[in-house]
Amino acid sequence: MENRTTNYRSPLIAPGYTTSTVTDKISAVVLARTPRWWYVGFGVTFLLVMMLLYAIAHLFAVGIGIWGVNVPVAWGWAITNFVWWMGIGHAGTLITAILLLLRQAWRNSINRFAEAMTLFAVACAGIYPLLHLGRPWVFYWLFPYPSTLGIWPQFRSPLVWDVFAVSTYATISLLFWYVGLIPDLATLRDRSKKRVAQIGYGILAMGWRGSARHWHNYESAYLMLAGLATPLVVSVHSVVSFDFAAGIVPGWHSTVFPPYFVAGAIYSGFAMVLTLAIPLRRIFGLEDFITLRHLQNMAKVMLATGLIVAYGYLMEFFMAWYSGDMYERYVSLNRMFGPYAFQFWALIACNILAPQALWLRRVRSSPPVLFAIAIVVNVGMWLERYVIIVTSLHRDFLPSSWGMYSGTIWDWATFIGTLGLFLALMFLFIRFLPMISIFEMRTMVPEANVEETPR
Amino acid sequence: MPQIFHRSTNTLSRFTIYAAAFLLAGLMWIVMAVARSPYTTGQGVVLEQPVPFSHEHHVAGLGIDCRYCHTSVETSAFAGMPPSATCINCHKMIWTNSAMLEPVRASFRTGQPLRWTRVNDLPDFVFFNHSIHVAKGIGCASCHGRVDRMPLMYQAVSLQMEWCLDCHRRPENHLRPRSEVFNLGWQADDQQALGKRLAREYRVRSVSDLTSCSTCHR
Amino acid sequence: MSEQDRPKHASPERPGLAALRGRLEGARGPEFWRSLEELAGDEAFQELLHREFPRQASEWTEGLDRRRFLQLAGASLALAGLACTRQPLERIVPYVRQPEEIIPGRPQFYATAMTLGGYALGLLVESHEGRPTKVEGNPQHPASLGATNAFAQAAVLGLYDPDRSQLLLKLGEISTWASFLESLRGRLQAQRSLKGAGLRILTETVTSPTLAAQIRSLLALYPKAKWHQYEPAGRDMARLGARMAFGRFVETRFDFGKADVVFSLDADFPAAGPGAVRYTRDFTDRRRRRDGRAAQGRLYVVESAPTLAGTLADHHVTVRAGEVPVLAQALAAALEVPGVPRPAAAPASPFVTAAAADLRAHAGRSLVLAGEYAPPEVHALAHAMNHHLGNAGATVLHTDPVEAEPVDQAASLGELVGEMRAGHVDILAILGGNPVFTAPADFRFGEALGKVPLRIHLNGERDETAEYCHWHVPEAHFLEAWSDARAHDGTATVIQPLIAPLYGGRSAHELLSVFTDDTPRSGYDTVRDFWRGRTGTAGFEAFWRKALHDGVVPGTALPSRTLPLLASAVPEAVAAIALAGAAEAKASLAGQETCELVFRPDPTIHDGRFANNGWLQELPKPLSSLTWDNAAFIGPAAAARTGLVNGAVVEIVAGGKSVQAPVWILPGHPDGSMTVTLGYGRRKSGRVAKGAGFDPYVLRDSTAPWLLPKVSFRPTGEHRALAATQHHFNMEGRDLVRVATLEEMRADPECIKRMGETPPKDQNLYPGFAYPGQAWGMAIDLSACTGCNACVVACQAENNIPVVGKEQVLRGREMHWLRVDRYYQGDPEDPETHHQPVMCMHCEQAPCEVVCPVGATNHNSEGLNVMVYNRCVGTRYCSNNCPYKVRRFNFLKYNDETTPVLKLLHNPDVTVRSRGVMEKCTYCVQRINEARIDSEREGRDLRDGEITTACQQACPSQAIVFGDINDGKSRVSAWKSEPSGYGLLEGLNTRPRTTYLAKLRNPNPALRPDKGRDRG
Repeated sequence: MENRTTNYRSPLIAPGYTTSTVTDKISAVVLARTPRWWYVGFGVTFLLVMMLLYAIAHLFAVGIGIWGVNVPVAWGWAITNFVWWMGIGHAGTLITAILLLLRQAWRNSINRFAEAMTLFAVACAGIYPLLHLGRPWVFYWLFPYPSTLGIWPQFRSPLVWDVFAVSTYATISLLFWYVGLIPDLATLRDRSKKRVAQIGYGILAMGWRGSARHWHNYESAYLMLAGLATPLVVSVHSVVSFDFAAGIVPGWHSTVFPPYFVAGAIYSGFAMVLTLAIPLRRIFGLEDFITLRHLQNMAKVMLATGLIVAYGYLMEFFMAWYSGDMYERYVSLNRMFGPYAFQFWALIACNILAPQALWLRRVRSSPPVLFAIAIVVNVGMWLERYVIIVTSLHRDFLPSSWGMYSGTIWDWATFIGTLGLFLALMFLFIRFLPMISIFEMRTMVPEANVEETPR
Repeated sequence: MPQIFHRSTNTLSRFTIYAAAFLLAGLMWIVMAVARSPYTTGQGVVLEQPVPFSHEHHVAGLGIDCRYCHTSVETSAFAGMPPSATCINCHKMIWTNSAMLEPVRASFRTGQPLRWTRVNDLPDFVFFNHSIHVAKGIGCASCHGRVDRMPLMYQAVSLQMEWCLDCHRRPENHLRPRSEVFNLGWQADDQQALGKRLAREYRVRSVSDLTSCSTCHR
Repeated sequence: MSEQDRPKHASPERPGLAALRGRLEGARGPEFWRSLEELAGDEAFQELLHREFPRQASEWTEGLDRRRFLQLAGASLALAGLACTRQPLERIVPYVRQPEEIIPGRPQFYATAMTLGGYALGLLVESHEGRPTKVEGNPQHPASLGATNAFAQAAVLGLYDPDRSQLLLKLGEISTWASFLESLRGRLQAQRSLKGAGLRILTETVTSPTLAAQIRSLLALYPKAKWHQYEPAGRDMARLGARMAFGRFVETRFDFGKADVVFSLDADFPAAGPGAVRYTRDFTDRRRRRDGRAAQGRLYVVESAPTLAGTLADHHVTVRAGEVPVLAQALAAALEVPGVPRPAAAPASPFVTAAAADLRAHAGRSLVLAGEYAPPEVHALAHAMNHHLGNAGATVLHTDPVEAEPVDQAASLGELVGEMRAGHVDILAILGGNPVFTAPADFRFGEALGKVPLRIHLNGERDETAEYCHWHVPEAHFLEAWSDARAHDGTATVIQPLIAPLYGGRSAHELLSVFTDDTPRSGYDTVRDFWRGRTGTAGFEAFWRKALHDGVVPGTALPSRTLPLLASAVPEAVAAIALAGAAEAKASLAGQETCELVFRPDPTIHDGRFANNGWLQELPKPLSSLTWDNAAFIGPAAAARTGLVNGAVVEIVAGGKSVQAPVWILPGHPDGSMTVTLGYGRRKSGRVAKGAGFDPYVLRDSTAPWLLPKVSFRPTGEHRALAATQHHFNMEGRDLVRVATLEEMRADPECIKRMGETPPKDQNLYPGFAYPGQAWGMAIDLSACTGCNACVVACQAENNIPVVGKEQVLRGREMHWLRVDRYYQGDPEDPETHHQPVMCMHCEQAPCEVVCPVGATNHNSEGLNVMVYNRCVGTRYCSNNCPYKVRRFNFLKYNDETTPVLKLLHNPDVTVRSRGVMEKCTYCVQRINEARIDSEREGRDLRDGEITTACQQACPSQAIVFGDINDGKSRVSAWKSEPSGYGLLEGLNTRPRTTYLAKLRNPNPALRPDKGRDRG
């Protein structure tokens, strides 16, 4: 069994590692002196975060009008970015939770930073619903609480569902991620030389001593959270898709949205994981832990979800034609041949054509190419949301009120700003926390591998 | 290897975790309380006025009817503020040289108006109409309180939306005979029965009408 | 709520107004007025007058407001955290002595009138504690019948416009009335001795009996003085036509109520000329056919450019303006008007013959109209045809001139200019108007003016002419001063002010009195004394009060008189046409390079006098939907040939003069012709007009005021962004505007209903609402709508709707709650044009309501879809989900809350929306509430028609009806039960409360069935 596996598949961890060497290698990344490039990288992303803050300040001071939104296209980049970031988050949860429940051992080396990625993506996503409000300072009216107005939110609105979906998702992800970190935090506490680090990690480790009882509680807690997180992978983006599906806007009002948004989410999520994993393994020489096999698996998942997404597009157009609804039909044609045809065909190229290369084993096993495809898919998925939102709105029912939309410099600033925020958080993460779950890797070294069967 | 933390840390951290939960709950409670406190609503706060006019003296003491000064209360959204001339009607006879009333006399002389401070101040997007409330048998006291016991005027109720809705959702709790609208001290023996009867008699609109947003917001 | 998102509204006790009231109280009668003037001396008020860029009046530009926004930045950021601030203290400032007619919080209405081109439109003006806020038509006034046009609706903004001339200027320096009188007295003494040989008065068209009397007494005092009149968009054509036909100036008015068949020779009667509002009403009342049974009336239109009349027509042909006379002759010939030969080249002959037959069949009940801007010979022929058809005296009524002194104004001005050049003019008093900007280019008026030793200019605006004059006297707005004027039928109205001059303006009466009286008299005395002179002192008070109260002076309508047609009339006209025809032939047209150039007054800023009015600038032009600009209109064919696109700038060259103008392609515009509208390209103006459009006056000659037979144009390669509010005019095969002919309706009454799907009532995911009491609804008759846009401004005025400026309109952020959509169908060279007013449909199953997370928009108990601004957080989801796209969002802080004078403009019963909230049509819920509260207080039920929405009230053609659809007897119910009734996008099952009556037309069977009935 073991052998057969190794025959046709590169292993999950390079041979020759023992529990201690694994621990050394991973924790070294954190405990070593901060490399110069880190300062550079973090500095740049930090500046982007400053830009984001400036854009937000200007937005609050002047108003939503600094963005390109108008009537009829009252939603633009903000919601596009929101959906995009939410989607990216999903891969993390999928890897950490679902693959855990499915006993996919190969997830062990990537789940940590995948989950971190989720957290940061959700943080970025969470900004937008607030920013895109006309009056952000009364955002709390969306929460149900006994207000002096004597009235409650309007629970039929998908936006209220969003509030719950997103906040739940953020909370669970955070807990899940943190709980998973505890044993490694303890490891860092014990290995770090500096007093500050010891105390810092010590507090976070919550007195973890690795006793049998600890491990017992830990396992059950971790599994429970995984159980909680699993439905979220499906529910959150379904709810997000309701923002559109619940509307009557042609091009939005469609039952295929929930599944195809979830698939799209995972699609873009894995793309993002690859985008991060490939450079990281290179920089920190972690090829032994994040092996080709991991990349190949992720590539396969991308291919699969990519095809589901393609099916989603197909269904949209089929239904537009089959329903016989003149408005739906017009939107479909307008997407393909209207003023936003370029964005549409670009998204088709990025999301459907490009990933087909993944059928080839050679492509799947070439990190640079995978990296390129991942980037392309990320762009494509952003375009998908843009096309769904803008092309549906800009020409809906009454030709008299048709209009055009384009983002302004402030839309760009905000979007790039959140990219900066995301990367800045990533930099902090890889600097101060083990980006690969140490103890879970330990379970994979041959000596621990007595009964463990990968796959 | 040496312990980083003292053993008491265990208890401490447990305590903090549990305490945090209560802390949050408490915080929320405080916010809610502040939002309803006189600090926010101005309820019961006496504001400075150009002339320390005593409703107690004029209403309870002298028995002057509300409408003598607030002339348009039955005909207009705005109850009306007495022009200086109205004060002078009496005060050209009595207290003709009390220092307290000098601002009034000055206003009458110079034509410069008195600048009262608004006591019952609704937000500008709320359109309250005095005349219809009076016509439907809502007493002055229901919103302005026992003005006849206020030496200095203050806001008797919170004037927050939930307070308005409290009556618009259950008008029968506050309806009174039209004859008693300006009688500040009036009390019903059986408000419920009376209220229900008056609601029919005065054709008070249904709760769904009264709680429609457009009833107060336009 | 934060400071800057708390909507302000100036109810009696609000500080802004309180400040004013503070100065107002304690005054009664005349003092009351004066005290307002003193207001102008107050510092705060001065500040308010001079504040930079008031929003309502000027364009929204982000840059200039950044200063204020940065101040707000801190606040709003802080507020993100602490969102409930306490209200700031407010003051209540009561009167010292309260005028007994005023009940604080209740508006009053005063009858007055507005003049345009001298002719009066009777108005009722709403006043809140002494500040006019809204203009309505005066039902008793013959020119209004309760309706208004866009200009009148925008008058209140014109009144408060902070850019209005506010200072009496001597050579541009601030001066005083006293010193003006001083300096004038000496000169006048000199003139006395010269019998006024050097004294000239230049006015616009004058119908005011009082003003006329004053001028006449001046002429008596200075026998050699002269009175000249010039109106850039005046009625010279009609005057000369009348003179050609009858040998003297005659006023002609029409009775559309009696006309079965109307033929318009380039006459845009719903839009142009005096009486347009009345004519629209009579016309639509006549042909308003609900059931599609009786075929009532038919309209043929010949137009030289797409006009509103053309959109109403059952048949229209589009020809070049130069061809109109020939076509007129062709018609006259077809009617066998004696002495009219059939023209050699007669375009559209089947049309003409059919129309002629129709007209003859309805002799005495038909009407031939000549366009305000068509040459005199066309007017003469029209008169001839009407006489021939026996319409004169029936549908066509001739009366003595309404004008005090009708003249050929172009000639009159020409004479003045000649004398000025010759140096015969010592004193020129320009009473109103802006001749330096508007006078025909060939007069070079400005240059000639320079030769006059003393030039006095009276106008409400510090304009181009003010620059050229020694003295500029700010003119009082018509809502600020006493005067009088006459309507198209001669009915006189005493114009009474509603407020003392905000900026110390004077009226023409006051200025003229300086010339005639030793001690200048007030406008009030002058007007009053004139009428006392007319009626005698006996019972004058009663007469005066009644006249003021009714807004009309009884018995002043001019009697109709029968006039014989001059024998010379027809031959003269025919000759003139032949002459013009020859000229036409010479100017070989429809070439790449050359075409005819047609001048028209602008539909929203007229001759330029309204250029500084933000409401009118942002009002979409009826057919092009352009805002903030004028353009050179060309037809699709010309565009295709020349490769010009919308906004491409061309240089138009005529007689050595040239202007650069962006083109706009107008479907149905004839080839070989180019139409430009006047009034734009102001060189000296307020902040609103600055930089808007180009100035066609520079090409305009006294000889050809409305049509240059041949100009050349060439693309400059430049491009100017033009802010149109509608870009797509094709219905895409959707049943948006449903059109049918009477025959179709007669044959199949269900044909309209079958054009779209109507889902059954029970299809609803959520439980429906019950409407035990009233259920408000609206019906709009598309057959009646002329697309004049008066309703749009009325809505803007009633509901405190902000002006956003060109840059924001370009971004698609205009705020109008009510828009008039325009769709073309059929051949783009000659399409059918349909107007469709669209506002919130108040759906019973409103898509916007279910998606709002905070319930800021929801249903009220009477089926209104209400929008609660103070609850709105601005997700804009409702707008996305609104299939009618009638929701408007405050993307920026559009409403000016910092220019106090503009606070006076606000309707105190409507919340002023601030940044970040959605807004939309409310069915004028404030009016519903007011009416209901009154009825409840009086313990009675609401009467049908007691509540009118602003748009309904303004509509000249009564195309809108509002009322209770639960009441089977209400008008709105009757309309909705029509077979031609339908709902917009009914198929979506939104169940709109606003429904439409299909556009029914009555084409002549003799002519080919109408193009473009296949909708879209």
